[in-house]
Amino acid sequence: MLEMLETAYTWLQSQYLIWTLIKILIITVPLITAVAFYTYFERKVIGSMQIRVGPNRVGPLGLIQPFADVFKLLLKEIILPTSSNRFLFLIAPIISLAPAFAAWAVIPFNDFLVLADVDAGLIYVLALTSLGVYGVIIAGWASNSKYAFLGAMRAAAQAVSYEIAMGFALVGVLILAGTLNLREIVLAQQGGIFDWYWLPLLPLFVIYMISGLAETNRAPFDVAEGESEIVAGFHVEYSGSTFAVFFLAEYANMILISALTAILFAGGWLSPFEGVPVLGDTFLGEGSIFWFLAKTVFFMFMFLWYRATFPRYRYDQIMRLGWKVLIPITLVWVMLAALMTVLGIVVKGS
Amino acid sequence: MKRIIEYFRSLLLLELLAGLSLTMRHMFRQTITINYPEEKTPKSVRFRGLHALRRYPNGEERCIACKLCEAVCPALAITIESTQRDDGSRRTTRYDIDLFKCIFCGFCEESCPVDSIVETGFLEYHFESPEEAIMTKEKLLAVGDRFESEIAENRNKDAAYR
Repeated sequence: MLEMLETAYTWLQSQYLIWTLIKILIITVPLITAVAFYTYFERKVIGSMQIRVGPNRVGPLGLIQPFADVFKLLLKEIILPTSSNRFLFLIAPIISLAPAFAAWAVIPFNDFLVLADVDAGLIYVLALTSLGVYGVIIAGWASNSKYAFLGAMRAAAQAVSYEIAMGFALVGVLILAGTLNLREIVLAQQGGIFDWYWLPLLPLFVIYMISGLAETNRAPFDVAEGESEIVAGFHVEYSGSTFAVFFLAEYANMILISALTAILFAGGWLSPFEGVPVLGDTFLGEGSIFWFLAKTVFFMFMFLWYRATFPRYRYDQIMRLGWKVLIPITLVWVMLAALMTVLGIVVKGS
Repeated sequence: MKRIIEYFRSLLLLELLAGLSLTMRHMFRQTITINYPEEKTPKSVRFRGLHALRRYPNGEERCIACKLCEAVCPALAITIESTQRDDGSRRTTRYDIDLFKCIFCGFCEESCPVDSIVETGFLEYHFESPEEAIMTKEKLLAVGDRFESEIAENRNKDAAYR
């Protein structure tokens, strides 16, 4: 029996395509489930921040609510506006969803659990997250509606401005870690909670989170869908399952940005108790996938917290903040980060 | 100088952190939601809900077809037709309230000399077709029979203030 399993296992590993497909499914299926429950979590968290209870009717504590929402959206009719560009209209949601999932290929869950241990992992992630905004732009253009078009233009301007600040924030991490490989970036942060990059790169960490909000078009940077001015922005014309895909992409992107923040600034799977006398010797001191997930969930919660707290930025305020505040700060701090490495204040993997 | 200090203070994001701490404190507060079908807010004894026609304890209907309510109704929602009954008393043959016209002002209730037309505290009703919105005499009397004890109790509680 055991031998049979073993031969089956080796056979599976030799079948490269099937094996990779299984690994992809192991990542994407939990991710889609996570998106479903993230929407539930959002409604509960924002509800309690507004002293309400949030969804509590469907299933125990309303836990089945996300599935009810999904089935509702999937069963609804997809309306194609007559004046829209049909091909682009239908391809746009897929363009915005695919990068949000594809980027997970290089995310290291722990020291060895990573689908593709690519040396240029960070560049790959950066390229894919900026690709997602094309979905929004194409959706806005293909809808042939003035609101959708305005939303798309806003999304494009916002993405261009905040991409730069985000890129510079990552340059700080690159200088300290000296590598583009996400796994090695995490390993370079070894040594306990104060050796993670959030402390030496605190301004860049804050800026990365702010531009992460802007990249995912989340409140307070959700002018692309600002319902008080332009109805629903780029997805006014979308309904049913095409809308569901946009929804999925937005939340998958949020989870991705949270995971990236955890990896780049909060030590990925490393334990915060590393090197602490008593706690560090127990299982809590070991780096594991659970620490990575806990950190990701923490940053996911931050997204919801911001949404419940801050009102939407005005369009010109967004441009001012991006170009005149965030980019200068990142430029200064990148130089400081270089100084820190040259003077040996931050040592790799100490 | 003051502007420079302001600028650096704004970089510390103090106001944003204050906002975040406020929402965080609210997150642990007791929710104020009332889970409606299971829990309900208290209702005033003067609550103006669905209409009803009352009866005397001996089963005789109170309405004497004086048509004061019809006259006072600002929305012209009440239609009354009357006739003389065999025992010589004047009674309605038709008493319709169009709930689509009614504005629930309570004037009919105030004008009634015999406390016949009243508005109950009942508010959870619905219609499945437009005709059902017309409350006929039979329907009104049925509502009155159903809620008589509640109506009498509410009137007693309110009597001291009238």
